[in-house]
Amino acid sequence: MPIEVNGKSFETDEEGYLVNLGEWEPDCATVMAAAEDQELTENHWEVINFLREYYDEYQIAPAVRVLTKAIGKKLGKDKGNSKYLYELFPYGPGKQACKYAGLPKPTGCV
Amino acid sequence: MATKKFMFLNRKAPYGTVYALESLEVVLIGAAFEQDVSLAFIGDGVYQIAKNQNTDGIGMKNFSPTYKALGDYEVTKLYVEKESLEARGLTLDDLMDLTWEDEDDDYAEKPSIRLVSAAELAAVFDEQDVVLSF
Amino acid sequence: MSTLHTVNKSPFERDSLSSCIRLAVKGSAILLIEDGVFGAMAGTDHSDMVQAAMKDASVYVLGPDLAARGMSEDRVIDGIQIIDYSGFVNLTAECNNVQSWL
Repeated sequence: MPIEVNGKSFETDEEGYLVNLGEWEPDCATVMAAAEDQELTENHWEVINFLREYYDEYQIAPAVRVLTKAIGKKLGKDKGNSKYLYELFPYGPGKQACKYAGLPKPTGCV
Repeated sequence: MATKKFMFLNRKAPYGTVYALESLEVVLIGAAFEQDVSLAFIGDGVYQIAKNQNTDGIGMKNFSPTYKALGDYEVTKLYVEKESLEARGLTLDDLMDLTWEDEDDDYAEKPSIRLVSAAELAAVFDEQDVVLSF
Repeated sequence: MSTLHTVNKSPFERDSLSSCIRLAVKGSAILLIEDGVFGAMAGTDHSDMVQAAMKDASVYVLGPDLAARGMSEDRVIDGIQIIDYSGFVNLTAECNNVQSWL
């Protein structure tokens, strides 16, 4: 089902992930989050941007365990733990944050 | 659950068939189960980790950068058979620089690729609990 | 030109390239595509066979398939012509027949 962002239409799959990741723009995340009653703070954006950079470099969305460790290394131990990440993304930092970031679901995530 | 030794044996070149990508995806999924995972590249499988892959001209996704993420997944043992490289006129310099960061050693970057002879690789196979061939 | 032979399998994995070389008549064109491009590289176990074949056949390799696999054009056997997709189309048009060694 497509989502409407700034008057443009973006194709998504049945789980709400963008079909063409190249189309992503930041407002896609805002619109997707609003649909799940979430407001995106600086802290959310930090993770979303991190995921996009990770994808850009490695062509995959990292597994939660990998994401947690990598965030810890980049942003500090107080952010590199699952409690912090699940508070930001209650549906799962892998699933939900990747969706907002316009990435596919992490490999191995069901 | 006791840790088992899993070896993914990669024997096919990338892009021409789907085996290389499938293997890589299974490795990434399997790494989530915290087993002792290693990869071996023999035959045309050595082409999977060749440097400078650029798929712009063939309209397929270049998944070679993903091998660089294996270290993050704690997959740090990539065996490459010397004989297979030589038959293809390749050397280690033709392969990507694949490393992992050792957390216990102040995140020192260490090489993941281990160049081994067929005899040495046979001994590594012999230690495995499970060998999955792609 | 008589026949254009296309080979899309690695010579290390299948015998399509050696069969093709054995059975192509003089004056044929042989185009290496997909995993077949590994047959165009110098310094491999199959380079001598390909070089010998070039006495009787014109050998071509598809550049985009080389690039995808990280194979440097500099290391393609001397005398093999690197072509792009439009070159592929031209070859097909110039030849009476196309035989695909699948």
